[in-house]
Amino acid sequence: MMIDHPLLGLRDAQEFTYLGDASLIDRPDWQAENAQEAFHDYLYLRDNPAGEHRELWFHETGDRSWLVVTRNTLTHEITKVELARDVARARGRSK
Amino acid sequence: MHKLKPTTALGADKPQIDQFDGLEIAERPDFALASLAARQGAEAQCAELAKAHLGFDLPAAGQGHLADPHSGFWMGADQWMISAPQASHEDLAAALKTAVGDAGSVSEQTDGWCRFDLSGPGLKAVVERLCNADLTSMALGDARRVRLEHLGCFIWCLDPGQAVAILGPRSSAASLHHALVGAALSAL
Amino acid sequence: MNQINRLAGGQINRAKELSFRFDGRSFKGYEGDTLASALLANGERLMGRSFKYHRPRGVLTAGSEEPNALVELRQGNRQEPNTRATVAELFEGLEASAQNAWPSLRFDAMAVNDRFSNFLTAGFYYKTFMWPKPFWEKVYEPIIRKAAGLGSISFEEDPDLYDKGFLHCDLLIIGAGPTGLAAALTAGRSGARVILADEDFRMGGRLNAETLALGDASGSDWAAEALAELASLDNVRLMTRTTVIGAFDHGIYGAVERVQDHLPQAIADKPRQILWRIYSRKAMLCAGAMERPIAFADNDRPGVMLASAVRSYVNRWAAAPAQEIAIFTNNDDGHRTAADLIARGVKVPAVIDVRADAPAVVGAELLAGAEVIGTEGRLGLTSVTVRLANGQTRKIKCGALAVSGGWNPNLHLTCHQRGRPQWNAELAAFVPGPDLPSGMTVAGAANGQLSTARALAGGATGAIAALDDLGISASAIDVPQAEDAPIALKPFWHVQGGKSRAWVDLQNDVTVKDVKLAHQENFVSVEHLKRYTTLGMATDQGKTSNMLGLAVMAELTGKSIPETGTTIFRPPYTPVPMGTMAGRATGKHFHPTRKTPSHHWAEEQGAVFTEVGDWLRAQWFPRQGETHWRQSVDREVLQTRKSVGVCDVTTLGKIDVQGKDAATFLNKVYANAFAKLPVGKVRYGLMLREDGIAYDDGTAARLAEDHFVVTTTTANAVLAYRNMEFARQCLFPDLDVQLISTTEAWAQYAVAGPNARKLLEKVVDADVDISNEGFPFMACGEITVCGGLRARLFRISFSGELAYEIAVPTRYGDALVRALMEAGEEFEVTPYGTEALGVMRIEKGHAAGNELNGTTTALNLGLGRMVSKKKDCIGNTLSEREGLSDESGLRLVGFKPVSATEPVTAGAHLMNASGEISASTDQGYITSACFSPNLGCSIGIGFLKDGANRLGEVLRAANPLEGSTVEVEVVSAHFIDPEGERLRA
Repeated sequence: MMIDHPLLGLRDAQEFTYLGDASLIDRPDWQAENAQEAFHDYLYLRDNPAGEHRELWFHETGDRSWLVVTRNTLTHEITKVELARDVARARGRSK
Repeated sequence: MHKLKPTTALGADKPQIDQFDGLEIAERPDFALASLAARQGAEAQCAELAKAHLGFDLPAAGQGHLADPHSGFWMGADQWMISAPQASHEDLAAALKTAVGDAGSVSEQTDGWCRFDLSGPGLKAVVERLCNADLTSMALGDARRVRLEHLGCFIWCLDPGQAVAILGPRSSAASLHHALVGAALSAL
Repeated sequence: MNQINRLAGGQINRAKELSFRFDGRSFKGYEGDTLASALLANGERLMGRSFKYHRPRGVLTAGSEEPNALVELRQGNRQEPNTRATVAELFEGLEASAQNAWPSLRFDAMAVNDRFSNFLTAGFYYKTFMWPKPFWEKVYEPIIRKAAGLGSISFEEDPDLYDKGFLHCDLLIIGAGPTGLAAALTAGRSGARVILADEDFRMGGRLNAETLALGDASGSDWAAEALAELASLDNVRLMTRTTVIGAFDHGIYGAVERVQDHLPQAIADKPRQILWRIYSRKAMLCAGAMERPIAFADNDRPGVMLASAVRSYVNRWAAAPAQEIAIFTNNDDGHRTAADLIARGVKVPAVIDVRADAPAVVGAELLAGAEVIGTEGRLGLTSVTVRLANGQTRKIKCGALAVSGGWNPNLHLTCHQRGRPQWNAELAAFVPGPDLPSGMTVAGAANGQLSTARALAGGATGAIAALDDLGISASAIDVPQAEDAPIALKPFWHVQGGKSRAWVDLQNDVTVKDVKLAHQENFVSVEHLKRYTTLGMATDQGKTSNMLGLAVMAELTGKSIPETGTTIFRPPYTPVPMGTMAGRATGKHFHPTRKTPSHHWAEEQGAVFTEVGDWLRAQWFPRQGETHWRQSVDREVLQTRKSVGVCDVTTLGKIDVQGKDAATFLNKVYANAFAKLPVGKVRYGLMLREDGIAYDDGTAARLAEDHFVVTTTTANAVLAYRNMEFARQCLFPDLDVQLISTTEAWAQYAVAGPNARKLLEKVVDADVDISNEGFPFMACGEITVCGGLRARLFRISFSGELAYEIAVPTRYGDALVRALMEAGEEFEVTPYGTEALGVMRIEKGHAAGNELNGTTTALNLGLGRMVSKKKDCIGNTLSEREGLSDESGLRLVGFKPVSATEPVTAGAHLMNASGEISASTDQGYITSACFSPNLGCSIGIGFLKDGANRLGEVLRAANPLEGSTVEVEVVSAHFIDPEGERLRA
C-alpha cells in the first residue's frame, strides 16, 4: 500500500508500523467517576468495520510521525491521511 | 586534549574506501552531527536563531541544505539533522544549543550514525538494489529516511544522480557496509 | 543426434549450435531455442510423467502456462525442480532430467497407478485413507508423498545469489506483444518514465510466433524495430526475462527478473534472479491471451498440443513437433495453424473442425462437424480416432494434434485485488471485470481484443489515456496495417461419449470424470470443485484447465458458465524460487548485526558472544585453563564482588527527552513520579502498558531541568521509543517535549565492585568529584575523562555493588574500555559478560525480561508502592482492576534449594510441600535461576502466591518436563546485601 503522508507525499506502507483503531487517541479521563470502565472500553472494545476505518500508523522508518489513515478495509482505498497530532488536538487533547 | 583514540564505525583506524566500476563507497567519520528540534511555541524563534548560527533556513519537509561548514536536512516535523566537519566542530551540539537556547532541543548525534558516501555514474543502479528512494526525484540536499537491509537509514543527495550520503545506525555499520558492497558488486 | 524435425528459418541463431543433455542423452539445439523447442526439433515428444498416474506426457504449450513438460534443470546444488521446458532457455551444456519417473522416463514403474485409476479419483485421499486413523501419519502419508508429486529437491544449500530492488515509473507495461509495444512506443515518445516488462527472453509476444504482416514488415521485424527505438530512449526501461508476478495495492507490482538462468556458468557476485518492487503511477496489462484445449479421450498423449503452440514452434523456433500434424478446432484460428504448417511443408493429414459449417481449407482435408474421440500411441501420439459428421469413425495417422478451443484473455493480474472477471459470450471467455487494481488498465488480447490490429490500437490508445490521467500528454503513433479477423468460434469444451478418460487439468491429473464425480457428490461450487478434485491447484494455477473444468461443471448443473462462477488468481503469476523471495538476506545476513564499539576488544579477550536481538554481546570471557563456562562466570562474579569488574552496557536503549514539559511527560509514561527528581539525579522507572502490565524498566537521569536521558532495556528500545512517540503525539499533543534516540551515539560501561571508585578516579579528570559525598548513589552528571573528553557518569547499580555507568561518544568506546582495564590492573579488574551480569542481578533480586514477561504487574514485582496514585500515567487506572490488585496474588521472592547440591530450575512450577502436583494446585513459578558462587548453591527468583508472607516456607519446584521435583525454601529475593549498604558505600 501507499500512504499519502501529509508532509512527505506517497510513502510505502512497509515503512510504517500499524497500531490499530484511531479511537486509541481518545484516552479517557483518569479522574472520571467511571474511569475503570471507560479505560476498559477504551482498551478492549473496538469496532471492526468492513469498510471505512480510521487507524493509526507510525512512520517508523520515516519521519516518526503518527498518522491517522482513513482506509477502506475491503478495498484498501485510502481516502484521508492526517497527522495524528492534529487529530489529537482537534479532539480536545490539548492540555 | 584527551588521550583516547577514536575508531571508525567499522572498528578500524582509517575509514574504509571501496572502488567499483562506476562507484566509490567511502566511509566518512569526519562529520559531526547534532539533531535540532524546535520547542513548542518557539518554532519561529528557533528557525531564526538557527539561521543566524547556521547561515541557512531550516529545510522544509524532505529537503536539506549543503554548505560549508554547516549542512543539514529535515528529519521529522520540527526536527532537523545538522552536520559540520568533525575536525573543526566536534562541539557541534554544544555550539548549536548555545545558539538556539530555550527555543530548541539539541542532541549530539555524531556517533549515532555511520556515514558512507556513494558517488559515481553507477549510483542509480546500485541504489535501486538497496532501497526505495527514487533518485530521479531527489534534488540537491534532499534527504529521505529509508529502510535499507532492515536498517533505518537516511539517504542524502550530495549531487543529483551522482552522489549520495547514506547514514545508518552506527552499531550496524558492518551490516550496512556489506549491503552496500554487495549491491555494488551485484549491480555494476 | 540429428535435429530431424528442424525446419528452415525461425528466430534461432544457427551459427551457434548448443549441446545439451536430457534424461541422460545428448542433443543439439541452437541459440534462441527453449529446451522444449530443441527437444521437439530432435523428435523428442516425451518430456515427463504425470503427477498421479505417471502417464507419459509431452509439451502442451509454448509458454509459461505449460502444465505438462516439467523437468529438473541443472544438477547438484543448482538442481531446480518443476521447471517448464517451454521457458527454459537453451544454453551450452544444459543438463535436464525428467522427473516423477522411475527407473526411467520411458519405463516408469509407478505407471501402475494408471491401472488403479478407479481408486485414485477425486477425493481419493479423503475416502481411501480415512481408516484406520493412526495409519494416516505412519503409513499412508509417506507412501502418498513418495508416489505423488513432481520434482525433487537436492537438499543442498543453494549456491546462487539473489537480489531485490526497487523501481519507479509513470507507466508499467506488462507484456511486450503488439499491444505492449504499441503502448510503450506511445508512452516512450511522450517522455514519460516507462517500464516494459516481458517474461520472454525475446520481446514481441505472438508477433514472433505468427506469419502475419504489420504493414510492409513481418511481425517479428516490426517488433525488432520498435524495440530498437525503445532501447534508444532514456526514459524507457526494457526488462526482458522479467515476469510481473503480482499486482499489489496502490500501483505496486512484484516482478522477477531472471538474470542468469540462461547462462551456462554463474557469474561471481551477480544475482541469479532479482525480485523487483515496482512503484507505478499507472500500469497497463498487455499480457495477451492463452489458447485453451478441448478435452477428449486420451487427450494427454505426447504430441497433443495447443494449435498456437504448434505455430510458435514452427514459426519462431523452426521446430516441427512431428512430421504429420492434424488439427482439431472449434474456431477459425485453428485453420491458421493448418495454413502455416502447410506453408512450411509440414503434412496436415486432416483439419477436424467441430463446426458443420467450417470454412474450407486449402491443402488439407477438412472434416467438418467431426470430433476426436480417441488417441493412440504408448509414449507418443501415432494416430487419432475421429467420429465423422455422419457418425462413422476414422483413424488418422499423425504424430501431433494441434488443438484449438478458443482463447482466454490472460487476466490473472486483474484478479490479484479480488477483481472478478466478466463473461463475454462472443469470445466464450472471461474478460477483465470493472474492479481492477487501482491504476491498472487492460489492453489488447488481455482485454478481449483478439486481433492484431485491435491489439495495436488498444495499446496506443490505452497508453494515451493512462498518461492523460497523470497530466502527461502523448500523441498517437502510426499504427501499421494488420490482421483484423473477427472471432469465429463455436463454444465446444469436451467431446462426449469417449471410452477413456479425458483430461482437464494435466498437471494435477484431473479428468472430466473427476469433475462429474465432484458434481455427483455435490461439490458443485467452483471453490469446492477445485479443492475436491485439485483442479487448477497445481503450480500453473489452472491456466489451461480452469475454464474447461468450469464448462464441464456448467454442463452438469445445467447452468451457464457465468452462473457457475469463476475462480480468481493469486500471486505469483508463475512459480518463484524461495531464494528469490529471500534476496540477499540469507545466512548470517538474515538480519543486521549490531556490534558495540568494544566488540573488537572483546574478541581480543576471547569473549564468547550471544545474540540479544540484533546485538552481539559478550557472554563471558574465558581465561586460560577454564574449560567450562561456569568457571569463567563464577570467577567474573566473585572478582567483581571482591574488587571490580567492567561490563559493556552500550546496548541499553537511550532516549533523549527534552523540553520544558519533559518531567511532566515522564510522569505520564512512567508508573512512578519524576517531576520532583532533582537535576543531577537518576531514578529507576517502570513503564506499564495501558492494561496495567509492566513492560519495560530502566532509568531516567536528569541532566538539566528540561533534559532527561532515559534508558530502556536492550530488547524494548524500539518499542519504548514508539510508545513514547505515541504518548507525545497522540495523547499529550501540546506538551513541550522532544524525543530522539541516542542509543547508538554513546558507548557505555558499567564499572562495579568495591574498587569501582578507585578505578574510576584514575580515568575521570581531576576536577570531577566522584567521592561518595560529591557523587552519591543515584547521582549523574556530564563530566570529562582522560584529559578532556566529554562523558556522562551515572551512579547506578544493577549488580548491587558500588557501581557506575560511564558513557563516552561511541568512537571512543574502544579506547575507553582499554583505559578502564589498564587503570584497573592494580585491582585485578575483570571484564564480565551477560552471564555474570545475570547472576549478579539474580543474587540482588533485580527483575529483568524473565520477570517483565508480559503477565506481571508492578504489584507482582514487589514494586506496587512505586506506582504513584497521585498522578495519571499510562497503565495506572487499569492496574487497579480487581484481578490485578489482589493482595495475596503473585509476589516476587527468592528460592534456595533445601539441599544445597540440588538445582533450582527456571520455569519450574511451585507446589506446596505435600499434596498433588497439578495445574490446579499451582502456587507460582520460578522465572530466573542460576548458580550463585557467593552463596555456593543454586538460587532462583520467581512469583509465588502471597509470596511476601511465605518466607521460610518449603515448597516443591516441579519440572514435569524433565520429571524432576526439588524442595526449595522461600527467601527474600535479595540474596546479597539486602540493606543496600554496598551500593551506597
